[in-house]
Amino acid sequence: MTHPTPLRRGQRIRGNFLRNRLAVLSLFILILLVLTALTGPHLLALLHLDGFETDLFNLKGPPGPGHPLGTDELGRDVLARLILGSQASLSVGLITALTAAILGSIIGICAGYFGGWLDSLLMRLTDGVIALPLLPLLIVLSALDFDKIGLGAFADGSGLMRLVMIISLVAWPTVARLVRAETLSLKQREFVVAARAQGATPFFIMRRHIFPNVQASIVIATTLSIGNIILLESVLSFLGLGIRPPTPSWGTMLTNAQDYIWDSPNLALWPGLAIFITVIAFNFLGDGLQDALDPKQHQQ
Amino acid sequence: MIHYLTHRLIHSFLVLLVVSFASYGLIGLMPGDPIDLMFSANPEMTAADAERLRARYDLDRPILARYASWLAGALQGDFGYSRLYQQPVGDVLMPRLWATFQLLGISTLLALALAIPLGVWAAARHNRLTDYTINLVCFAGISVPPFWLALLLIAYIAVPVSWIPAGGMAESGENGLEHLRHMLLPVAALSLASIGSFTRFMRGAMLQSLGQDYMRTARAKGAHPLRQLFDHALQNALLPLITVIALSFGTLFSGALITETIFGWSGMGRMIYEAVMGNDFNLALVGLMVATAFTLAGSILADIAYAALDPRITLQDRGNGG
Repeated sequence: MTHPTPLRRGQRIRGNFLRNRLAVLSLFILILLVLTALTGPHLLALLHLDGFETDLFNLKGPPGPGHPLGTDELGRDVLARLILGSQASLSVGLITALTAAILGSIIGICAGYFGGWLDSLLMRLTDGVIALPLLPLLIVLSALDFDKIGLGAFADGSGLMRLVMIISLVAWPTVARLVRAETLSLKQREFVVAARAQGATPFFIMRRHIFPNVQASIVIATTLSIGNIILLESVLSFLGLGIRPPTPSWGTMLTNAQDYIWDSPNLALWPGLAIFITVIAFNFLGDGLQDALDPKQHQQ
Repeated sequence: MIHYLTHRLIHSFLVLLVVSFASYGLIGLMPGDPIDLMFSANPEMTAADAERLRARYDLDRPILARYASWLAGALQGDFGYSRLYQQPVGDVLMPRLWATFQLLGISTLLALALAIPLGVWAAARHNRLTDYTINLVCFAGISVPPFWLALLLIAYIAVPVSWIPAGGMAESGENGLEHLRHMLLPVAALSLASIGSFTRFMRGAMLQSLGQDYMRTARAKGAHPLRQLFDHALQNALLPLITVIALSFGTLFSGALITETIFGWSGMGRMIYEAVMGNDFNLALVGLMVATAFTLAGSILADIAYAALDPRITLQDRGNGG
């Protein structure tokens, strides 16, 4: 029985991933998007665009020189606002997914490894959060006055950190369940039993033996969750409970577009398309990673 | 079975109790204390008046005591008074519950009517062009923001086609046709939002079912390919689908919230949103409870459907999972 060496395994994973053309294309699009978000203001300067400058003589203008995608209801450049809006969606998506992954991994590993009353307590909590109606709950949470719970310091003007905190609170159970299930089976394996027999502490075993073996699943689940988180962010921003103006976000651009849908339907087209492309790219990427990292787990 | 159901119902009731307490506490943390609002709106009101009002509305008592009296009322069917609609909460709730039920019922049936054949078709043509195309469209359906879909329906269907209304509901005196006309776009938006995931589940379940031993038996005894597909594979694939639908009750409700808000459909989702935005504590609380009860009912239903359709499963086995 020969075990593939780490290098061979890495090569196999890369090979599997690169064969999935949609996943590779998605990765490429996402890298472009992240670069756009990171260089936002500089990119705009390069393109001679301004996302905040209003032009009262060119309201809801058609695409043309100077305004590649036209102007919005205040005469601001639509393309510039799309570029700036990518910052909000991507940062909320990535930071929240990471927070939820860390939270879920800790809860999942502890529940699975220690078992007993801690496991039942944590799993009841997980089931409880999953049983809650997501959007109504998020709406209540985003309407809270953060000063009243002593978290006023986190409530920055744009509403970005507030969104991260609120969505993280409901996004961790998926990872927690997954990690718990894998920890339960890893706990029985010879190398863990041997480590325990040698007197390794639970913390050492969790960090050195369990975590590295659940990493792949965590990466897959986290990538697949980013798309959903971005959808939630845009819905909440659309409903006026997420990113606050004047900070541009794709969700609030759509809120404004709704008021002018009768005469300028195109204003509703671009921001939604941007959300759609970002979300579908993360979903394809997650799917591709699943195929590459864990072919036997992926049933179809 | 009876034992298991009692167990589940008691458990769900406890969850509802915990949720109601948590929501009661959370909603108290929303900005806009009602007395503060009155105080700032009325210059003739003195601080002493505010205190008296606080006592009148029980706002001076500790939160646990207030929650206890709310719960005592709620258990007797008294959910308080809605500030926003100036009506008892129960009277606001009932017509909206019915409106949401219609919307979700029709759109889910419509989504299934399309998703089941699509899923079967994709599975029957596994790894061929049809399969890839259907799968790709499903991925798109899952990734599309539901509220954007609703806006596009308004922009590109309701605006050019004059007889399709962009929002609102028929007045109670108008006929059923008027009612259906207003339902057209919300139902389309909601079904489009769930077709993608339903089709993907159906396809997955069919593929799993097609790989089972009984399919080899069916092929060996020379059953017609269509009979194989529909009598043998589909019957077994419907089971996971029913579970998936029951478990997605919470997601459906979230979809209803968005759709109702955009199309001005007076249902539960829009009511919760307006109650939260308008600081209508009583209404928001009950709305949240109904949504939670609905989600919990879905998960119980999923278990029952599972046991009823598959004789190998008894509910006692699943009761341990909690």
